[in-house]
Amino acid sequence: MDRVIEVSHLYKSYETAAGPFSVLKDVNLIIEKGDYVAIMGPSGSGKSTFMNILGCLDSPTSGDYFLDGYDVAHLGGNALAQLRNKTIGFVFQGFNLLARSSLLDNVALPLVYSGQDKRIRHEKAKQVLTKVGLAQYFNSRPNQISGGQQQRVAIARALVNSPTLILADEPTGNLDSKTSEEIMTLFDDLNKEGITVILVTHENDIAAHAKRQIRFLDGKVIEDSSRAEPAMVEEIV
Amino acid sequence: MFAAMLGEAWHAMGANRLRTFLTMLGMMIGVGAVVLMMAIGEGAQQSIKRSISSMGSNLFIVLSGPPNAGAARSATGNAATLNVRDADAISELDVVSSVAPVSMGNAQIIYSGNNWNTSIIGTTPSYFQVRDWSISEGYIFSDSDIRSATRVALIGKTVVENLFGDEIDPVGKTIRIKQSPFVIVGVLDRKGQSLDGRDQDDTIIVPLTTAQRKLFGNQVPGSVRQILVQAESDKVMTQAEEGINNLLRQRHNVREGSDNDFSVRNLTAIANTAAETTRTMSLLLGAIASISLLVGGIGIMNIMLVSVTERTREIGIRMAIGARERDILLQFLLEALMISIVGCLIGVLIGIGGAMFVKTFFGTDAVVSTQSISLAFIVAASVGVFFGFYPARKAAKLNPIEALRYQ
Ligand SMILES: Nc1ncnc2c1ncn2[C@@H]1O[C@H](COP(=O)(O)OP(=O)(O)O)[C@@H](O)[C@H]1O
Ligand SMILES: [Mg+2]
Repeated sequence: MDRVIEVSHLYKSYETAAGPFSVLKDVNLIIEKGDYVAIMGPSGSGKSTFMNILGCLDSPTSGDYFLDGYDVAHLGGNALAQLRNKTIGFVFQGFNLLARSSLLDNVALPLVYSGQDKRIRHEKAKQVLTKVGLAQYFNSRPNQISGGQQQRVAIARALVNSPTLILADEPTGNLDSKTSEEIMTLFDDLNKEGITVILVTHENDIAAHAKRQIRFLDGKVIEDSSRAEPAMVEEIV
Repeated sequence: MFAAMLGEAWHAMGANRLRTFLTMLGMMIGVGAVVLMMAIGEGAQQSIKRSISSMGSNLFIVLSGPPNAGAARSATGNAATLNVRDADAISELDVVSSVAPVSMGNAQIIYSGNNWNTSIIGTTPSYFQVRDWSISEGYIFSDSDIRSATRVALIGKTVVENLFGDEIDPVGKTIRIKQSPFVIVGVLDRKGQSLDGRDQDDTIIVPLTTAQRKLFGNQVPGSVRQILVQAESDKVMTQAEEGINNLLRQRHNVREGSDNDFSVRNLTAIANTAAETTRTMSLLLGAIASISLLVGGIGIMNIMLVSVTERTREIGIRMAIGARERDILLQFLLEALMISIVGCLIGVLIGIGGAMFVKTFFGTDAVVSTQSISLAFIVAASVGVFFGFYPARKAAKLNPIEALRYQ
């Protein structure tokens, strides 16, 4: 199987007034194509930081990160933007839609940045919006639909450029449990179509949708369900 | 993709209409001022050009009296030290093509109960050659009219309008100038305004001798206060000026080292200086008006900076879904450019309206040229790019994570 993600000896620290603050400490991870991964762990354990690095929004302080075979650390700004545009679909906890634009325009926006013309943009955006069950809302604004629907729009936007990888940082964090289940069913379907899905969650029943569960603590991977035994158990205490 | 971005810029402008309008206002006023000022400048230049070409070319005026008599000297103010024989002598000079002695004054004229006060020019037929002036009706009086001092007159269009109206053909009619009857033999072509703003059509031209003997009553027979001299070409102007000076000094027995009792002025040079001054003035007007464009530009920059801050999160979202730095840069640059271009468009209309207003209500010539409009657009676009660039760059250089986390 192909490796979509290969992370080795990844460190990330932030410069703060009180000196460097280490958030990720030697993270090593391989994620195969088509995998379905849930990242768990307490607040402040570095999950979002890790997701941002995976999503090429942030860069590690040291360590290697290969995405789809690209050595991300050595790519320039434009190449990173292209990876975010074509290879990765990002879904945020807070939906992050453009309030002034219609749902159709929101979903079509990544295609603007990949230089597609208007006809194709609209065609594809309608297709994915239909796929997430929002066919009747093309011209609505984000504030005219429910949170669950907004997250569907965000997922549609993540899907529109046919990415190999979907990254979702607490996608159900702002949703009730029933809506969360619906969103998770959507992720399940996407994974069945062969898209690699990595999501962050606090809840066990959400994480149970994934094939593989990874647990972060204090900037380290302390548990990985794909391994026979928990890694570095001695450090849990 | 560019079309999509233009559309977005348009929407962004519409999102906060009042703010966009107020920002544009600076641009509108600036461009309007530039267009209007340039129109007024252009109008002034055109009217100067008309006046100069109506004056006649390669022209000198020889005035009686010492040169230091000052600017207040008028045609009637000084002792007449020149006479028609001086004029004849000047016309003998090689570099001189035509000479016209002039005796002038104001007089009341009457035609069947209508009164009009106008300027009377007494001169010889060569005057029309020197001034490059012709008649639209009738004929010009001849040298024999000069010799016998006949009471004939050529009449300017303004006088015709005021004395005769549209109905009556003035040629052949008799008018009274200072009570003496004069027969109108011709109507002068329209000449328009002179350099000093006088209406050159508000005049009557009569034979020099008639004016001297019957209208102004010269003390010294044959004396005149002005002689108009036309040089052969613009290349011999200095030569002609020297020639006239030497000749008249000799004729008037002016001794070495003492002052002239006449003065020679190069009218063409004075006219050119006036044209040059007007050109400089209109440039200056334009330059002062462009300062308001600068202020408009700063207004755009200010609003774009606010806009970038307000839309930090939006910028983060765009970056997260694949916008490159230059996409963000272009987006904000386009917005700034659109504000300045649309502002400029309205400003041009304001300028044109202002020019029409000035023309109707102040009678000042104001000519909006295509050059001034294209200049306004170029400047507006440059202002948009120049003042939009810094905010746009600021947006493009945002860190996506920090932008996404904003507020
Ligand atoms: N830009 C930053 N500067 C300093 N510290 C940061 C910054 N971003 C995150 N952190 C810190 O890094 C730690 C991990 O944050 P995060 O990755 O968001 O954790 P999680 O998503 O697991 O809750 C937290 O303690 C947070 O305060
Ligand atoms: Mg987090």
